[in-house]
This record gives sequence, structure tokens and C-alpha cells, in this order.
Amino acid sequence: MPDENLIPAKLGPELASAFTRLLRGRVRAVLGDNIDTDIIYPGRYLNVTDREKTAEHLFELAYPELRAQIEPGEIIVAGKNFGCGSSREQAAAALKFAGVGAVLAGSFARIFYRNAINLGLPVVVSEEAHQLCAVGDELALELVAGEIRNLTAGRVIAAAALDPRAVELIAAGGLIPYLKRKYIA
Amino acid sequence: MGMTLAEKILARASGRTRVTPDEVVVARVDLAMSHENADLVRKSFLEIGVPRVWDPARIVIIFDHRVPAESERTATTQKAVREFVAAQGIANFYDVGRGGICHQVLAEYGHVLPGMVLVGTDSHTTTHGAFGAFATGIGATEMAGVWAEGSLWFKVPATYRIEVEGDFRPWISAKDLILHIIGRLGAAGADYRAVEFDGTAVRRMTVASRMVLANLSMEMGAKVAFTPVDRVLIDYLQPRTTEPVETIAPDPDAAYERVIRVDAQQDLGEPQIACPHSVDHVKPLSELGDVPVHQAVLGSCTNGRLEDLEIAARVVAGRLVAPGTRLIVIPASQRIYRHAMRLGYLDALVAAGAMINPPGCGPCVGVHQGILAAGETCVSSTNRNFLGRMGSKDSLVYLASPAVVAASAIAGKLAHPASVTRESEPCLTKI
Repeated sequence: MPDENLIPAKLGPELASAFTRLLRGRVRAVLGDNIDTDIIYPGRYLNVTDREKTAEHLFELAYPELRAQIEPGEIIVAGKNFGCGSSREQAAAALKFAGVGAVLAGSFARIFYRNAINLGLPVVVSEEAHQLCAVGDELALELVAGEIRNLTAGRVIAAAALDPRAVELIAAGGLIPYLKRKYIA
Repeated sequence: MGMTLAEKILARASGRTRVTPDEVVVARVDLAMSHENADLVRKSFLEIGVPRVWDPARIVIIFDHRVPAESERTATTQKAVREFVAAQGIANFYDVGRGGICHQVLAEYGHVLPGMVLVGTDSHTTTHGAFGAFATGIGATEMAGVWAEGSLWFKVPATYRIEVEGDFRPWISAKDLILHIIGRLGAAGADYRAVEFDGTAVRRMTVASRMVLANLSMEMGAKVAFTPVDRVLIDYLQPRTTEPVETIAPDPDAAYERVIRVDAQQDLGEPQIACPHSVDHVKPLSELGDVPVHQAVLGSCTNGRLEDLEIAARVVAGRLVAPGTRLIVIPASQRIYRHAMRLGYLDALVAAGAMINPPGCGPCVGVHQGILAAGETCVSSTNRNFLGRMGSKDSLVYLASPAVVAASAIAGKLAHPASVTRESEPCLTKI
């Protein structure tokens, strides 16, 4: 489980209530270990600084057909060390703006993990998900409790609870909307 | 119980007397570094709605990933950053032709000192553990928060201690050592951990070589990676700063999650190569057989420093790059560029048929200045060999030491330096 699934308490609890802690979505892809940031988002497009446009290059070199198949809210499942490599935030942004609803992985590389939460992309650590999910399975994720239900297979998959304060950040839509509120208030 | 270096620095930066692994602290940030992705940070910062950055003197911006601008899009983002820097009064701005690779420039200009908390929007920010700084990479949005608030939350990492004893064999370098360690621990082997390197082999290293260890520790997931704050480092820092240089060390009774020992003689019998497509796919050179090389790249934040150019120049001196092979050399900074010119290293390299690229990241990020076609193989002194990293997804990148890169350029295939030159133990410049 990532060691950085905590956000300081000063973020406050009020945002979480606005957020539905339960996510549902279909599994779009089950990927392997060490899915690196160049696979997620090639370095040649790092000068794209409009976050929405990063989605055009998601998985472009390694899985060119995958991006167009993603329906809003669908889930990417992977093995260990998802997002290893670069600090490029475009990797998390491209997933989010391509419509990915959540990423489940055996573990996450630390910068990617922070980037995803800061951009409001749900990331869930589950060592089993990789084995117990297939493309097309319908999942229900309970982020705070750390529970995944595979509705298609009819079984519960163990997952790490996302710290409630991380859930609040995700619920706020990420760090920038959160800070905006703080400074406007 | 004492504290490790990471614990000591985070305790102080968060106003605590002690911290222990897994605690979350909010630490003040001493230095915030960005490169071209400062444009992403700028956009997020402006969205927050805070008019001024928290402290312009603690922000450093260095263009290196696409220098000079390779496209109109990049030119536009660089222009936006220049305007932002001027408007915010950020004096520590290194434009095209003024600095070089961000991690080298921070070091050369004395921006980073022992005990600092340094964050950078670049994963290889771990490099600055070679200066005794708690230094780690973050994303652009998080950096926008730092620009606004001057602080950031960290979970205190547990620490691995890696002790390297003994002398290296001829032609074996810090690059071979860290590739060996990454091969042993795996790409996620030090995930979320702090790493402390020590031992006689590390203490004998130049600062440039120590930077290689800290830099590449990122490729096994490390959050921060330190080498000792000793006389060698202090001698490097003192002419570069007017600030006092603090000697900081872990407590003798600090608690380590794991201690790893490496015998420089026994464990590193020959050059180590990271094979496609992951940095932990490490093999000794002799196991690879004949691997023809189309392109050899010498440079990057990992291995583009003066000692790297020197060893390459010694290997290629009086020889020619093999037909069918290209050698691309990228000094890590303007200062290194000038040094290498004055010392004749660049002359030796150019005479051998090398092309010299301007100081910067060059082809390492797969953007420009040496992109690979499908079916091509590259040997590179850089830090990543991911699928498609340097061009086509059907190209191959092998990571190696500068000496092996130079030897391979001459041989036209992966080669041991001893197979192309009779020179034995090269004498390295202390820089």
C-alpha cells in the first residue's frame, strides 16, 4: 500500500460529504506490472499544457487502440508500480480526461499517486484486483472503506482504504479547486 | 533511538524534535525547482487565484527539456514562463544558453545545500540527495500549491542503508554500481523509501559520481537518496555559496528498515547494462553477446558531467565512430561545455565523429536531437529505457556507463572499453 495516502488534517472534512464515495464502472483494460509514464503518456507530448488535450495521447505508443475504447467512468486495472518513471502530471491528466473513472493497481509509483489525487482521479491499491478482474467486469468501489465488489463475478476484492482526506481532495476535483475555495473563502 | 537523515531533515522542516516513519508532516520548502513544465505550474497557480508566489527567491526555473525550442508550441510555453518569471520577480531563471540541465545547474550555482527540503517538478530531483538535501519530485499541480503556500505534506519514509565497500575494478563506475543495485532490488524495490548510500567506495567518489547514485535511485522508486555530507562535498560547495555549509549526518543509532551491502570488487566484475524496456532489467555486459548499435548517447542529468566527457574522450581519442553508428554528446551544462572545450575533450569527441548537442536533456525524453527509428538500437548513458522512450516503440535502448557508451560507438556494438583502448584506469577530473 502506498505510504502517501494521507493528506494533512487541515484540509477539513466538509468536502467529503459532497462526494459520492461509491464509484461504479466497467473494467476497460487489465494491464501488467510497471506500467510506466512513457507508456501512459509519451514524452514527446509534454509540451501539451492544456490538460483536456492530453487525453488525445493516452497510451499512444503501447496501446494505441485503448483510448478510443474508453467510455466515461470505466476503470483501468493494473499490476504493481503503476505510473513509475517521470513526474509528468500529464500521465494522470490524460487518464482523467480520457474518461477513466478510477485506476486500481497492486501498487502505485509515488509521484503518479500524488498527481492522481491532486487532479481528482481516484486511485485504489488492491493487490488482488489484477487477478480477480477481467475486461468488461462491472465493479463497485467503496473508496473510504477500501472495498471493491466485482458485480459480474459476484465477489469482493480486498483493497486498501483511501484516506478520507485524500477522498476529500478527489471529491473537490483536485488540489486546485480545493485551494481556490480556501483562498476565496 | 536516533534518526536517519530523512527523518532529521523532515523533523526540523516541520518544527518537530523527532519524527518516525509513516508519520505525516507538513514541512516548509526551502527550494522549488521547475523546468519547462513551469508553464503547467503557472496555469495551475493562476487558477488558485493567489496574486504572488510565496517567495520568489526560493523558486528556480531552468529550461532544459526542449532547448532551444523545437516547435512553435514549446516556444509559446517558454515565452509564457519568461513573462511569468519577470512579473513575479523570480531572479533564479536560467534561460536557453544560460544554464543547462536543471539538476546540474542547481548544483553548479550553489542553490542546493545540506539539510534543505527541495521539491522539483522532475522525477530525478532525487539527485540532490548528493548534496545532503531531502529532495524529491512532485507534479505540477502540487508545485502550484507550493508556489502559493511554501509548504507541502510528506509522509516520513523508512530508510534503506546501502553500504558499498572496496575499490572498483578498472572501467567500473558509479553508473555500474547503481544499475547493479536497481537490478537487485527491482524497479519498485525502494518504493517510497529514503536511501542512504555510504561506505568506502562511496566516500571516495567525486560529487559528480555521487549524483549518479542519487539520480538513478528514482528508478527503484526511492523518494529521496543521500550520499554522505563530507569533506569532498564541502569542498565542492564552499566556492559556490555564501551560506554556511552545514554538516549533517544520520545518528549512529538510527533505525533502518533494511541494510544492503555491496562489495565493489566482487559484485561488480564487469560493466552493468540495463536492457530494454526497464531499468531493472540489468545484465553484465558479457552476457549480452553481439548487440549492434545504431546510436550512442552520452549525456543527461545522470551522466553528462565533465568526468563523463573526459572518460569518453579518452576512449575515443584517435579513433573513429564505427560506420553505421552515430555518437551524440550532450554536455550537461554551459559550464561543463566550456570546461570540456578548454580541456580538449570535445575536440577529441568531434574528431572521432561525434555530434555535440547543446546542453539540455537532448533525446532522453524522446522529443528531439536524436530520435530513434523503428528497428534501431541505442546505447545511452541516460536514465530510462522504457518502450518508446527515445523514439519509435520498435526501437531499443540499453543503459550503460559513459565508458561503455563511448566504446560501443567505436565498436559499432555493445563493447567493453578495454576492447577498444589500451588505456587502463582512467584518471578522473575532480568536479
